[in-house]
Amino acid sequence: MHKTPLLDQLESGPWPSFITDLKRVAGRKKAAADLLGVLERSYKDKITHWKHGGIVGVLGYGSGIIGRYIDIPDEFPGVEHFHTVRVNQPSGWFYTTAALRELCDIWDKHGSSILNVHGSTGDMIFLGTTTDQLEPCFAALTAKGWDLGGSGSAMRTPSCCVGQARCEWACYDTMDLCYQTTQNFQFEMHRPSFPYKFKVKCSGCPNDCVAAIARADMSVIGVWKDDIRIDQAAVKAYAGGEIKPAGGGTIYKKLDIKADVTDLCPTICMSYEGGKLSIDNKNCNHCMHCINMMPQALRIGTETGATLLLGSHAPILEGAQMSWVIVPFMAMEAPYDEFTELIGNIHEWWSENGKNRERTGELMLRLGMRAFFEGVGLPPVPQTIRTPRANPFFFWHAEDFEAEAAGRKYIK
Amino acid sequence: MALPKAELVEFIFDMVAKAQGKKQLKAMDIQKAVLKAHPDQPKNDVKFAIKDLIDGSRCVYTYFGGSFIEIPHEEGAAKH
Repeated sequence: MHKTPLLDQLESGPWPSFITDLKRVAGRKKAAADLLGVLERSYKDKITHWKHGGIVGVLGYGSGIIGRYIDIPDEFPGVEHFHTVRVNQPSGWFYTTAALRELCDIWDKHGSSILNVHGSTGDMIFLGTTTDQLEPCFAALTAKGWDLGGSGSAMRTPSCCVGQARCEWACYDTMDLCYQTTQNFQFEMHRPSFPYKFKVKCSGCPNDCVAAIARADMSVIGVWKDDIRIDQAAVKAYAGGEIKPAGGGTIYKKLDIKADVTDLCPTICMSYEGGKLSIDNKNCNHCMHCINMMPQALRIGTETGATLLLGSHAPILEGAQMSWVIVPFMAMEAPYDEFTELIGNIHEWWSENGKNRERTGELMLRLGMRAFFEGVGLPPVPQTIRTPRANPFFFWHAEDFEAEAAGRKYIK
Repeated sequence: MALPKAELVEFIFDMVAKAQGKKQLKAMDIQKAVLKAHPDQPKNDVKFAIKDLIDGSRCVYTYFGGSFIEIPHEEGAAKH
């Protein structure tokens, strides 16, 4: 074992330390012992000793393996190769204990025994193995029905919230959509052919528990079209303190409906007068605040589906961008043909026009929403307008004049 | 005129081999080059021709800030 005085300090804090875990594994795995050694060395030298590999993988796949090497292998031979294996997670991250044991047994045999549950894209991340163990590890995984996830300039492993499996607010079956999307885009996940990465995340409701709006190129966020269902008796029970606010998830015992709910409505579309709650549903922007505060009194509507948004990413140099509404409402029902076709069209437009390492959101900003809609065959609708137009100049295209001459109507 | 599958595979392999060490080609670069030379070639043919080359180990996917298709070569980062 290497001496690690700097790392040892990390064990003295109030939280469980990964150093303690690594030391436990280091007793039986040379890779974990040398991982501690190289980390201590990096803390001392104030530089990383890791190098990014670019070639290692398994036959037929261009994704799922991320090569890692160190620049001082003579000192730390146990981590001379320390490749990462991304394993496609089940929808909603539900595992049986037997499945987790199975995965851990495979990684104990073929890798460092260190894993990360889960990476930011959602995959289970197996950290650290050698080049000669990649194919045997992949064979062991596939023999048990597991597969590698996406990496590189490919479709990344789709992920979703727990959806209808555990949540009454799920407006569509997020787990099914996630699974079917994973199946439908196997080629694109395993064989990188895009300008850069493409992520799909599915949230069942606007609470957006998987943060799809900020982390996915294609954000699928559940929404309803009709009215919020109100149980006025339950509203009174909240007002009287008989039911705890937010399912007991706050420190407050009693809800002040006006101060805590209606006055906080972002579109001011609610009122509470004479013990009766009213909602002007046409002006509701589905923020979920009122439903979150009074889950027994308010329920999502019954005409449900999803809003599709495109383009979020967080580049280091230019700053983060949130996804942008491209389809205000799509009924999300199996087999999701409309959704799959749209993603295919977006891939085609992006692959045709995108520069190397340019995400869909960046391309959409560079070429404009108009070019995007024309390219993917979507109709422009008012909900896709992010900000009012500030530029007084408008450049007409030839087809606009033709449409005008043919009597185009702007308001139906 | 569209190339038969076997010829398309060789056409792409030659393109990748000629570019080796000079320019890293992405799948889309290959597709655009094929369609420029053979405008009536279906895009799907290109996709599956690349698959043939990868599955046969004649080409590999590489990652250097983006994913490329190259002739197999020694991993630079693995050198001491």
